[in-house]
Amino acid sequence: MRKHLNTIYVTTEDAWLRKDGANIVVEVEGKERGRAPLHLLEGIMCFGRIGASPALLAACAEAGIAFSYLSPIGRFLARVEGPRSGNVLLRRAQYRVADDNTRSVLIARYIVAAKVANQRTVIRRVLRDYGASSPEASQKALQAAEAWLTDTTRRIVKVTDMDSLRGIEGEAARVYFSVFNLFIRSEDPAFQFGGRSRRPPLDRVNALLSFLYALLGHDCRSALESVGLDPQVGFLHADRPGRTSLALDLMEEFRPVLADRLALNLINRAQVRAADFTCHEGGGITLHDDARKTVLTAWQERKKQEIRHPFLGETMTFGLVAHMQALLLSRYLRGELDAYPAFIWK
Amino acid sequence: MMPKPDQRQDEENLVPVSALQHYLFCPRQCALIHIEQQWAENGATVEGRLLHERVDSGVPDRKRGVRTLRTLPIRSFALGIYGKADAVELHGTGSTLIPYPVEYKRGSPKPHHADEVQLCAQALCLEEMFGCAVSEGALFYDRPHRRTTVQFDQDLRDLTQKTAQKVQDMLAAGKTPQPVWNKGCKHCSLEAICQPRRLEKPLCVEKWFLENLED
Ligand code: SF4
Repeated sequence: MRKHLNTIYVTTEDAWLRKDGANIVVEVEGKERGRAPLHLLEGIMCFGRIGASPALLAACAEAGIAFSYLSPIGRFLARVEGPRSGNVLLRRAQYRVADDNTRSVLIARYIVAAKVANQRTVIRRVLRDYGASSPEASQKALQAAEAWLTDTTRRIVKVTDMDSLRGIEGEAARVYFSVFNLFIRSEDPAFQFGGRSRRPPLDRVNALLSFLYALLGHDCRSALESVGLDPQVGFLHADRPGRTSLALDLMEEFRPVLADRLALNLINRAQVRAADFTCHEGGGITLHDDARKTVLTAWQERKKQEIRHPFLGETMTFGLVAHMQALLLSRYLRGELDAYPAFIWK
Repeated sequence: MMPKPDQRQDEENLVPVSALQHYLFCPRQCALIHIEQQWAENGATVEGRLLHERVDSGVPDRKRGVRTLRTLPIRSFALGIYGKADAVELHGTGSTLIPYPVEYKRGSPKPHHADEVQLCAQALCLEEMFGCAVSEGALFYDRPHRRTTVQFDQDLRDLTQKTAQKVQDMLAAGKTPQPVWNKGCKHCSLEAICQPRRLEKPLCVEKWFLENLED
């Protein structure tokens, strides 16, 4: 089995990263703070003002280690790319499908169906874990949403045009997020969820979700790149300059499973608290430095958890799943599979 | 010397010698590496690379009175291959120096002929470049630490030539063959990327997906 490799997250401002033999060394103010063998790494993500030596960047590019710069709140800024970048034959196959609406729908509807099924699973788990202790009205609302989403997955797999698909997806998101507050066990009113808001996130739950989605998006993008797909050309998400549409497509299956569940755990177990956020003028809310580290550590831990891959039937870490889905997508585009087996979480 | 008019065209179509070896190990592995540009570094490839780096670092030296060329660029238009030879010793004297390829290998001699073919491919390149017959070379395995002499007989030459042709055809077609699960998969660094068990006779995904969506 492919090994689960680690991602290094560097959040210390003014840290300097360099290569020493086959290792990466992290220095802060001239002092060595950490060191790791490069061959155990899958990615290096730098949040904020961090420097790196050209020798390290070259070594990462050569070994296929994703090296990216992000803003402190996780907005993607830049990445280092080496001479080996994908395979033109696969990309052509990808573009041909992306240009063909009928064929794009065949992929997109499984992605959306899996996403909605996974949202439904999140609700089922909430019902299973806390259902009995919830007020009856909440239980009813959760059950209704669960039933609606279950029904909707059946509708989705029959959809044949992209506009209806996007419509149903939007509806499902509204239903799912309408009960999102019921997933939150924290008594603290600061963790009221006010509906999805992104630019900027208008409450703490949204700030947390946005940060996790940024991490997930980054992982999906690297996964696609490592199998040679173009992360910018999607099927469900239409082309838009600067947008990594295929990474957004791939993310859909994982949002509920990886990001939403983790956000809920962090809130429900009080690992993040109201004071961990900064409220900006104009209503935007972002995570503090220290809380970001807590979230990154939890994200790493989540990625180390093992699951059984539904299609491949092999045990692997959550961190590898995006990679495997990217691989399966490329195998479908090459004609080795009759459809794309989107990730269904149980 | 000016290149022949068709040389540049030929150069475009050369395939790396290493692809022959990959092809003999498994055609799909060859396609994953050389068409799909996938590679996964596992213990074996890292070790292999370190070994090569050690060999590469040497300058032309003289051992037992034999001059050795290190990391020599080689190619053959007849076979359509190019690459590098780890070490080429120059045997003989004066004006009759005969190149003698020596390749360093991890582990012990293997039952498939990939290593012999790789060496023979080097020999055929050297024949074309030096304009002389190269009838023998050696593989040097680190376990046991020993040289094995390889004769470039007609059978090995034919196998090398046929393999080069198959690799060229496959790379030109740009199509990756389906996996065939075999005992080599255990030692294949690309097993996770290949998924031989699941993709050998792939399931009907549609049926699988619809079943899994329910319940
Ligand atoms: S895993 Fe097996 S079938 Fe796949 S490339 Fe390796 S040797 Fe070939």
